[in-house]
Amino acid sequence: MPDLAARTPPPTAPRRSPTAGGRPAAARRRSPNAPPRSFLWARRIFLTALTGFVLLPVYVMLSSSLKPLSDVSGAFHWLPSELTVRPYLDIWRTVPLVRYFTNSLIVAGSATVCSVVIAVFAAYAVSRYRFRGKRLFTVTVLSTQMFPGILFLLPLFLIYVNVGNATGLALYGSRGGLILTYLTFSLPFSIWMLAGYFASVPRELDEAAYVDGCGALGALFRIVVPAALPGIVAVAVYAFMTAWGEVLFASVMTNDTTRTLSVGLQGYSTQNDVYWNQVMAASLVVSVPVVAGFLLLQRYLVAGLTAGAVK
Amino acid sequence: MRRLPVRLRRAGLPYLLLLPALLLELLVHLVPMVIGVTMSFKELTHLFLGNWGAAPWKALGNYRISVDVNAPVGAALLHSFWVTCVFSVLAVGLCWLLGTAAAVFLQEDFRGRGLLRAVFLTPYALPVYAAVITWAFMFQRDNGLVNHVLHDQLRLTDGRPFWLLGDNSFYALLVVAVWKTWPFAFLVVMAALQNIPRDLYEAAALDGAGRLRQLRRITLPSLRPVNQVLVLVLFLWTFNDFNTPYVLFGKAAPEAADLLSVHIYQASFATWNFGTGSAMSVLLLLFLLVVTAGYLLATSRGRKRADA
Repeated sequence: MPDLAARTPPPTAPRRSPTAGGRPAAARRRSPNAPPRSFLWARRIFLTALTGFVLLPVYVMLSSSLKPLSDVSGAFHWLPSELTVRPYLDIWRTVPLVRYFTNSLIVAGSATVCSVVIAVFAAYAVSRYRFRGKRLFTVTVLSTQMFPGILFLLPLFLIYVNVGNATGLALYGSRGGLILTYLTFSLPFSIWMLAGYFASVPRELDEAAYVDGCGALGALFRIVVPAALPGIVAVAVYAFMTAWGEVLFASVMTNDTTRTLSVGLQGYSTQNDVYWNQVMAASLVVSVPVVAGFLLLQRYLVAGLTAGAVK
Repeated sequence: MRRLPVRLRRAGLPYLLLLPALLLELLVHLVPMVIGVTMSFKELTHLFLGNWGAAPWKALGNYRISVDVNAPVGAALLHSFWVTCVFSVLAVGLCWLLGTAAAVFLQEDFRGRGLLRAVFLTPYALPVYAAVITWAFMFQRDNGLVNHVLHDQLRLTDGRPFWLLGDNSFYALLVVAVWKTWPFAFLVVMAALQNIPRDLYEAAALDGAGRLRQLRRITLPSLRPVNQVLVLVLFLWTFNDFNTPYVLFGKAAPEAADLLSVHIYQASFATWNFGTGSAMSVLLLLFLLVVTAGYLLATSRGRKRADA
């Protein structure tokens, strides 16, 4: 595109670091790669449109959750006729939301803790040791990501039922079975990302720990884990999100007492009347913990992807 | 002799560290998969649920039913397969396009960049069911936002169309899936862009290259290896997606948006015929294996040629 190239200012200005934050300075003396006006407009238009698309459901969720039922039963309106917090009080009574919430917290929390601990061990082995079968291990673990969930849902369902019948160990319909299932969902990605993170921790630090008399596990917990803490946090957030949002296995493997939010939330819409304002309020309430956690820690996720996986 | 255990321990340590991960993956993924393949050869109906080992062998019977396109079961499966293919290709293309464009536009620092980044990642952070239920509300015929805007405000449609029933459901599903998945492409491309040295752009600008030329000559080539993996992962996820259609449409997806996962789920749990359901899952897995292998072969060869 020669017309665009022609419009960039001639490279007479002295080169300055583009990141050095010197906005006023950059305004006076434009850096050689200062964005042309057409680019700025394209960027403005695109990003505005995209923001609208992304936030539209969030706005609907928020505004509808503050509307009285009559507002959400009739034609849609952008603004509530009156603001009310009633939906937020009613959601706890329409369905046993507290129980679903507790179940989801227990399941997602336990799955996260177990998955992170196991992934730390595995990632340490992958990043620090050369051993036979290493490639096979990584390929196998990553390829499980590719399996259609539906393929092992049926057998796993049968295994849990049969193990339960044979040993009395309640896996089907219990939180334990769900925890076991979910923690393997986040495991491959966690191992992959943590291995990358660990590889960026210099080996000399491990060796220094050996000299100080630490064993391999000592080096792992005293040196590598603290150094890779941001990555571990990011992986934990990912694992929690995975477990918190899963629908397929939760819909098959839970019963009334162990039902999690992902299935329980549909309770508002199976009745004759759909309480859309309550559905939206409940959706918002169950989203806040994960969204807040994710947005607070997304920096580390990007850093982790940059450090390890993407290279 | 006394040193042997130590050496053994040394050599065994990595395996010991991997053991928990390996055992769990075996238990939850690999063993069920093998069992799933076995099940696909059996006549596994509700009669044999408690003791599925006793179910009679059916050899390739389940497969024959699944691929017989002249009978209703096979015809429905084939239709579902085509819907899923078209849906996946469109969704992956759109997700990649949006994600890359957004990441490129956010590559340079400007005021509000951090905020936009957080906003763009919100759909990815929202639990699937919460987000998709909201979309389901927006797509309601009588009290949804979409018809309010299209019909009441813009007057683009004659009546109020149904979005979650009939042919329109395909587009509804596509919009929701793209909305939900594009931030992942954005996240990955954004991370990859941080590995491109700034000097390259500076040098290109000094040589008089404009933004589009920089995009074509520096950004896109640098993204090639990442794109190779990203497109594949996006494809596999969309192709296997269950959550979005399941929450959007409930248990019975409309024909136009009948994705394979939901279709197989329906075929298995509605009739409790797990044998045929497993055969369909195995066919799905085989298809994905072939596509993945072909894709990796094609893209790797293309990459080597480009490097040469």
